[in-house]
Order: sequence, then C-alpha cells, then structure tokens
Amino acid sequence: MDVTLPIIILALPLFMFLFLGLLGKYMSHRLAGILGTAGMGITLICAYTVAFTYFFSGNPDFINAEGERLQQIVFNVTWLQFTPSLVLRLGFLIDPISSMMLVVITTISFMVHLYSNGYMRDHHGVWEKGFQRFYAFLSLFSFSMLGLVVATNIFQMYIFWELVGASSYLLIGFYYTKPSAVSASKKAFIVTRFADLGFLIGILILSFYAGTFDFTHLTSVAVEGLNHVYQVSEGTAQNILSIFANNPASTFMGASVLTWALVLIFMGGMGKSAMMPLHIWLPDAMEGPTPVSALIHAATMVVAGVYLVARLFPLYLMETAALDIIVVVGALTAFYAAMVACVQVDIKRVLAFSTISQIAFMMVSLGVARPEFHHGLGYMASMFHLFTHAMFKALLFLCAGALIHAIGSNDYTAMHGLRKYMPITHVTFLIGCLAIAGIIPFAGFFSKDEILTACFGHSIFWYIWMSCVAGLTAFYMFRLYFLIFWWKEHKVHDPHHAPHDQPWTMTLPLVILAVVSCFAGFVPFGNLVTWNGHPMFESVSFLTNLENLDWSVAAISLTVAVVAILIAMKMYKTENELPAKMRNALPALWDWCYHRFYWDELYMFITHRIIFGLVCKPIAWFDRHIIDGTMDSFATLTNKASWSIRGLQSGNVQTYVWIYLIGVILLGSITAICLI
Amino acid sequence: MFDNILIYFVVIPVLMLAGVALCKNVKQIRAVAVVGSLALTALSVYLLLDYLHLRHVGATAQMLYTGSWAWFTPLNINLSVGVDGISIAMILLSSIILLTGSFASWTIAQPKEFFLWLILLSTGVFGFFISIDLFTMFMFYEVALIPMYLLIGVWGSGNKNYSAMKLTLMLMGGSAFLMLGLIGIYYHSAPEGQPLTWNLLEIARNGAISENWQLFLFPMTFVGFGVLGAMFPFHTWSPDGHASAPTAVSMLHAGVLMKLGGYGCFRVAIYLMPYAANELAWIFLILTGISVVYGAFSACVQTDLKYINAYSSVSHCGLVLFAILMLNTTAMSGAIMQMLSHGLMTALFFALIGMIYGRTHTRDIRQMGGLMQIMPYLAVCYVIAGMASLGLPGLSGFVAEMTIFVGSFQQGMTDYLAGAGSLRLVFTIIACCSIVITAVYILRVVGKLLLGPVYDDHHRELTDATWWERLSTATLIICVAAIGCFPNFFINLIKFTFSPEIFSVLNFTQHSGIASVLGMN
Repeated sequence: MDVTLPIIILALPLFMFLFLGLLGKYMSHRLAGILGTAGMGITLICAYTVAFTYFFSGNPDFINAEGERLQQIVFNVTWLQFTPSLVLRLGFLIDPISSMMLVVITTISFMVHLYSNGYMRDHHGVWEKGFQRFYAFLSLFSFSMLGLVVATNIFQMYIFWELVGASSYLLIGFYYTKPSAVSASKKAFIVTRFADLGFLIGILILSFYAGTFDFTHLTSVAVEGLNHVYQVSEGTAQNILSIFANNPASTFMGASVLTWALVLIFMGGMGKSAMMPLHIWLPDAMEGPTPVSALIHAATMVVAGVYLVARLFPLYLMETAALDIIVVVGALTAFYAAMVACVQVDIKRVLAFSTISQIAFMMVSLGVARPEFHHGLGYMASMFHLFTHAMFKALLFLCAGALIHAIGSNDYTAMHGLRKYMPITHVTFLIGCLAIAGIIPFAGFFSKDEILTACFGHSIFWYIWMSCVAGLTAFYMFRLYFLIFWWKEHKVHDPHHAPHDQPWTMTLPLVILAVVSCFAGFVPFGNLVTWNGHPMFESVSFLTNLENLDWSVAAISLTVAVVAILIAMKMYKTENELPAKMRNALPALWDWCYHRFYWDELYMFITHRIIFGLVCKPIAWFDRHIIDGTMDSFATLTNKASWSIRGLQSGNVQTYVWIYLIGVILLGSITAICLI
Repeated sequence: MFDNILIYFVVIPVLMLAGVALCKNVKQIRAVAVVGSLALTALSVYLLLDYLHLRHVGATAQMLYTGSWAWFTPLNINLSVGVDGISIAMILLSSIILLTGSFASWTIAQPKEFFLWLILLSTGVFGFFISIDLFTMFMFYEVALIPMYLLIGVWGSGNKNYSAMKLTLMLMGGSAFLMLGLIGIYYHSAPEGQPLTWNLLEIARNGAISENWQLFLFPMTFVGFGVLGAMFPFHTWSPDGHASAPTAVSMLHAGVLMKLGGYGCFRVAIYLMPYAANELAWIFLILTGISVVYGAFSACVQTDLKYINAYSSVSHCGLVLFAILMLNTTAMSGAIMQMLSHGLMTALFFALIGMIYGRTHTRDIRQMGGLMQIMPYLAVCYVIAGMASLGLPGLSGFVAEMTIFVGSFQQGMTDYLAGAGSLRLVFTIIACCSIVITAVYILRVVGKLLLGPVYDDHHRELTDATWWERLSTATLIICVAAIGCFPNFFINLIKFTFSPEIFSVLNFTQHSGIASVLGMN
C-alpha cells in the first residue's frame, strides 16, 4: 500500500495540534473550529479510503487466495535502538482490527469535532474560553489514538497509550478553574499510570523472552504453535511457546512466565478500560466537556484495553489461565457497573457506568473466545460490539450533551418530560437506548447476541450471568430514558427560555449516529474481522447476520430485554411511588449502589492515609530529621569540639608558661625514667 | 596548543571573565554573557557535527581531538584533553544551560560579580568534561564547586548562609574521598618499573590496579562523585542548597554540576576499576535504588516548589547512578540519556520556579493557585516540564527512562537466570514504580499551583513572561522535545563508548559479587 494516506492519517492530526496549540490564540474561534473540523474531515476520508481498500479491494497484499485477511506493515521506521536486536520502531500496521478501529475513531472524532462547534458555546452564541485549546487537544487525542491502533509493536502501543492518557488528562481537566475537574483529571492519570506500570513490566518480560516487540512476530509464532496459519507479510521468528516452556525460570509463583506477562499486560488494559478495581477514574472523568466524554470515555480510549487484548489474542490463547482471569474480571465489572447505573442521578454518570459495563461485555467476550467454538466467535463478537457500542454510546453521550446544554444541569431531576421540547434529541436518544438494550434490529442486538452465544459456548454459568447483566442494561437505560423524557410534565416559567433542540452542527451528528445505530448491526463482521483472518461465512449479503443468528439465544435475550423495558416503563413512565417503595424495601442495597460500593472511599483511604500518611510523610520526616540530622550533627560535633579546646588557646602568657613547664617536667621525667 | 578545538571551551569562558571584568554597565555584561555562551553553544554544536563526521569516516580511537601539554613534569601532570560522544553530549548540555541561565539572570542584583562567579563555575565545568587527565579533572572539579558557595551565600534567599555552608562542606567532604581515591589510582597507574601517569586512557590500558586496591579505591571515588550525584544518604545538601540558590545557579547546579557526579562515576570509578565495580555494585545498587523511590516519595509531601524539585532530582539522578551500575550497555546509554534529559528539564523547572517566585515572592504551593489564568505562558511551560519529568513520550524523560528500564530488566533477568541473584531484577521493578510516584507529585503541584481558582487576589495583577524569559524557556523546551522525538540520534552519538573493548566491565558475564554476597537465587 502507498504510504501517503497512512502518513496523512497520523501527521495531519499532529499538525493540527501544533498549529492550533501554538497559533490558536491569534485566530478567531470560528476559524479554529472550522480548521479543526476540516482537518479531522480529511483524516476521516483518508482513514475510510485505507479501510475500504483493505477490506474490499481484493488486493493480494490484503487477502490471499483462500479469502483470508493478512496483516500488512505499511511502514516501520527505527526510532530507538535498545540493543542490536531489540529495536523500537514506529510504524503503521493494517489488519482487520486496526482498519476497523481507524473507521471507528475517525467517525466518532469527526462527529465530536462537528458537534463541539455548537456545544462549546452558550445560548447566546458566545464561544467558551479556551475553544482553540479544546480543538488542539482533540487533535492531539485523535493523533494518539490513531497511533495506538496502527502500532506495529507493543512498545509503540505503549508510547501512544501514554499519549492517549495525557490527552485524556488535558481534556478531562479542560475546565481547569473547577477544582472537581482538576482532581478528576489527576485521578484519571494516576490510576491509569498505576495500571501502566503493570503493562510496562509485562512488556519487559515479554520482550526479554521473545527478543522482539513486534506484533507480527509475537502473534504469528503463537498461532503456528496452535496449528493455525495466520500469515504475515514479513519474517518469521522462533517458536515463542518453546522459548517460554524450555526456560529454566519459566514459572514464577506457580504460574508460567507467559501468564505473568499476559496478566500484567492485561492490567494495563484494565486501567484504560476501567475494569474493576481500576474503574474509579471513569465516572469522575465525566467532569470533562460532554463531547470529550463521548469521544474518549465512551467510544475510543476506553476500549484501548479491549483492543490490546485482541491484538495479543493469539498469545492469550496459549495461556488460557490469563483468559479465565479476564472473564472473571469482566463479568464482575459488568454486573457491578450495571447495578450502580440503576440508581445514579447524574445522567452522564449513568452513561459512564453503562460504558464500564459494556466494555466488560467485550472483555468477557474475548475471554470466552476459543478457536474450537465457531472459529473464535467471541473475538469477532467483541470487536463487533466495540464497533456498535462506539456508535450508539457516542450517540447517547452526544444526546446527553444536548440535554445538558439545553437545561444547564446534569441531573435528571431537572429534566423530566422533555419529549415535546426536544423532539430530535428524544428520538435519537430512544434509538440509542433501543440499540444498547439489544432490541432487534438495532445495532446492539446483533453484537450482544453474538457475545451471549459465545458465552453460551464457553460455560452456561457465564451465559446466565451475562444475560442478567443484559437485562439490567435494558432496565437502567430505559429508566434514564423515561426519567428524562417522561415521568411528569416539564414546567416552563418563561416560554422564551424553553428548552429546545440545538443548532445543526449538533443535530447532524446525532442524526448520523442514530442512523448508523439502526443499521450497524447488519455489517457482516464475521467476514471482515476474525481472530485469524479466516472468514466465518461462505456467502455474504446484507442479511448475513440475521441468517446466521442462533435464534434460541436471541429469543431469550430479546425476552429479557423487553421484560426489563416494561418494568422500567411501569416504574418510571409516569410519576408514581414505586421507585421510592423499591428503594425503601432494600435500603442497604440502594445505598451501596448509590455510593458505588464505596470504592472511592476505599481508594481515598489507601492513598491519603496509607501512601501519604504512612509512607510519604514518614520518609520526608526521616530525611529531614534522621539523615539530615546526622549530617548536621557532624557539623555540630565539630563545632562543639572546637569550642571545648578553644580555652587552651587563651592568649594568656602565664597559662602558656605553666603548660610549658608541666610539659618540660613530664617529658624530662619520662626521659629520666627511660634512661634509668 | 591553540590548534585544538577543545581548548577553546576553556579559553572562551576565560575571555568572558575578562570581558565581564571590564564591563561598565549591566547591558554590556549581558551582552558579554550572551555572546560568550552563544559562542560556546555554536562551538559545541560544531564539535558534535564534526565528531559525528569523523566517526562516520572511520575514526576508531576511543577519544578524539586528543592533545596533551606538560604542566608539572615531576608528577607527570599534564593538561590532557580528549572527548568522546558522552563528553560532547555533556558539553552541549552545559553550554545550553549556561546560555539559558544567562537569560534567566537578566535582572540579577550586582550583575558583574554574579556573572564573574557564574562564568568561573562554568569554566570548571567545561574543563572537567574535556579533561582526560585525572589531576586536571579534579582541579576543574574544584573550580566548579567553590563559586557555588559565594553564589548561594551572596545572591541566595532564605536560610542562605546555612545552605551555602552545608552544600560546600558536604561536597568538599566528597572531594576529600575523591582526592584520596585519585591519588591512590595514580600510585597504581602503571606496572612496576614504568612511569606513573594521571592519564585516564593510559591507566585503563595499563590495567595495573590490583584487585585489592580496586576494592579500596572504587568506593572512595564512587562515593566522592556520588555525593555530587545526590546519592542516598549523601543527598541532603541538595534540597537546602537548591532552595536557597538563585535561579541561574539552581539551573546550572541541577542541570550540569550534578552531572559531573554521574559522569565521574562511570568515567573514573567504573571505567578504571572494572573488577571492583562488578564486585561492589550491589552496595551502590541498593543505595541508588533507594534514592530513586525515596526521593520520589519525599517529593510527594513537600510544599516548597524548590524542595519538590530537589527531591525529584534525587530520584532522577539516583536513576542515573542506578543505571550505570547495571553494567549493561543499554542501561548505561540510558543513564547518559537520563543525564541529558534531567539536566535540561530540571534547568527548565528551576528557571520557571525562579520566574514564578520573582513574581509571587513565595514558593509555597499552599500560598498560590490558579496561575494558569494569570501567567499562561509560564504555566504551560511548567506543565510541559512536568510532563517531561513524569515521562511523557515525545519528551526527553520517556526515552531515557525506558532505555534504562529495558537495559536494567535485561541485565536483571540475565543475572537471575545465570544464578547470580535477583537483586538487579528486584530493584529494577522497584525503580519502575517511580513512574507512578513521579506522576503523583508532578500532578499534585500542577493541580495546586497552576489549575483551580486563583488563590490570592493580589496575584491577579502579575504579568506573564518577558521576552528573555520566553527565550530561555522556549530553548530548553525545544531541546527537551528534540531528545524526546529523535532519541536514536543521541543513542548513536554515545553508543561507541559502551562497547566491551572499551568498557572492560561489560565483559563480566557472571556478576559474582552480587551472587556471593546475597546468595539469592
């Protein structure tokens, strides 16, 4: 493939970041917005071209005679040479998942760029302070995220992983005069940094044993070990499995070194993808502007962890212990987040917990994926859900942004009954809810159904568990929907200031994403994205996904979703006492859910009391009083010693004569004694 | 003598001294300082390019531009000069920091005396980096240390007499060890019957220091230089010293002088005494490993901006010595990168702190807040410096730390698998933890100092950076970003020196010292 488009995809957002960041203050707000959006638009076109070429051109570089999709490295430049053999390169890898991610990122990013032109103004059209900076940061984020997904090696991924974290920090703290935004951004950075420590050590272990950072080498070899052929365009390496197995220190504390490496790498993914117990930063990250939440904390950055596991999936297949851990972590997180989402008041927090829960679905799906079952259905389902979730969750967040923009508050208590005032938002939000609840034929139905099927193939327990979570999902989303748009009539005191739909820059992304959420489920993912590039279906049509459904699973999940929606309708459609009764019936449960199971309090205790109080402060005290005290005491002792012998040097001649005489007598007597 | 380019790194500062002495007003002094340091920077860039060219066309000598002039023949003392990639990197660093430091002291009181001492200090620094004769090296080392006393004692702030005295005495204490070590090396510099020498390269070629003497002399020199490299537990001069020092002095001290310590440790201690380095590395690994996390933890609870940075320097410089002691090519290259990176970014930090302090007249982060709204330029620079410090890719800290971690981990695993103990591995993982702690204290400062609401309404009238301040900080930021974006250029510059033919310590595959002492496996 020609290198021009890939270079534009990476270079243009970076250029826009530097351009808007350095020169933004010299240009008008409008111009900065237009330039930023246009830049992202060009990137979008390039990314679509690349993805389209990859999937549909039939070029033998991308697809072989058997219809299997291949990995292709477009360019790879040496950036830092650690040792003659261990080289850190920056490059551009295209394969099914990176092409898919290019589409997702540029689509959502473009929508958010467009939307922010309207969102980042108040009702009188006055631009928000720092508007240019906002676009600069968005561009930086897009650059980092694109660099992350096209990484050719795990260290490149780590580099962009850190950059993504930093741009997330900058965007969460965009309203930097607000203390809550500042502490939220700090929290997000530090929690993910802690997770990255695991990621880094995992990389170090993996690279020490394998002698390479390159994905193509790591995964191709792993796949050969499993008797599958995942062809790569260049190079072969030794069999990693045997390297790990034949090593004298191949086990550590009962688990193999490879398991350790993979679990530590997954820890990095847990941080970015907000898996329990490292999820605490994501709800707070909602302090950022809502378009940022849509882009970073719903659609793109938070799925980086899923993408990481997917990228190394062949390696994970060699150590299913690590996959089992992923399933457990994912399933617990999914359930926990769904429970919490049921009682939150802040609509962005509900969506945040919903995001955590949905990402956990993707994780579980990867964890249960096995080549034996439907050619690794779980892997495909996970990527499919990543794709559809990005679309409908971004839609929901952008709707929430429109609501917040119109009402000026994040709480649903200030909204209620908005359906008449904001009809477009109402319809698009409803489509988003239907999609996430998994109602046929909206996008979420297909992807979630594939995930549940994959769980079913793995273990009946996790299938039931995840189905319950899916039911909860439908419940809390429709609770939110009814509380915002129904419940009771909205009281308007002044008809001139009635809430209303938004300018076209905000409406257009909503409509586009709503349409996508309606139809994204029909994309024949099984033929585009599979774990080994091998297509799942013989023939492809628009109805492929529908024809290949497991209808027994689908019927059950549909029933669960519909029942959950009906319960939500019963409870929240009109103002009634039922929710209060429910709450009083289970006060403890409600309390724990409302306070998010007190995770934040626990973390506060650990960081403030233990780390600051019992580590940092004693160390600082020790340094000043013990170490420095010792150094000072040398000086003091020297001083004291000088003072104490200072009396001898008095300047008094009589004293000197006395001492002289005593000395002479002493020496004389000693000499005399010796001589005798 | 004057046909050797290296001599000019001492000649130009001496001319600057004369120039400053003749100046009549502050404008002339500024002009001399800026022109002189620009000349030094230009010269070091030329040296860098010429060196790369010479290597490219096939120069294989360990040191280039060598020259030697007799100074005191009865003791064989010569002024011997010569540089390799590492010295050139250090020279470049020093000249950039001198340049930016001159801009940062634009409005200092009593400029004539201040610049005289500052330039004298940098004469010592440049002389140290070009020397390959142990005696002249030590002499230049002392020339660099002494002016510090006056610079802090006269132009400093706060408890300046105490700090100046403490800093000078502790560093002099280190020098005392060092001098013993160097004299010891001199008396064992050649085999029986051959003339003794101070020349580094000849001593290394002779390899005549017996193993027992190495075990005695290595700690002497390592601790001697280590005091200046802020090695735990000899680091306590650093927080007080930096807190009292004026801006440019903090910049030069943290940016360049602390590098003398690291540079000396590997150029003298490890290079000349490979056997002892291998045997005794474990002691200093533990000490420097402690430095890395200890400094970072201490920084978390400080309230004075300069204390935070001083402790952060303890952590970062600890990483330099830590990486050198890995005795592994990758980690040692990382150490040099870390020296460059730390030099630039700490200089940037101290410059910014000086500028903020000059406006708000406080360095207590509890007394300030929301400076981003008042002085956005300085605040953004501070955030960039912070990001470099916590290892954001694209800035210098990341490449240095990652090179160190990759090298250390490889060495640690090699040791472990060879049955030579898990000390290196364990301490590498402990050192890795510093990336999290660093993030904690950097973001704490950024959050309290720059973001949030304005704490003190009097601060609202303060102004943003002046042109000379902008020039100074922008230069440093560009350098930090250059290292962060093109690390391989610098790795290629320094990698020549770290080959087993030159550093014989890299030939020790079994790290017997560690294994025998700790018996870990």
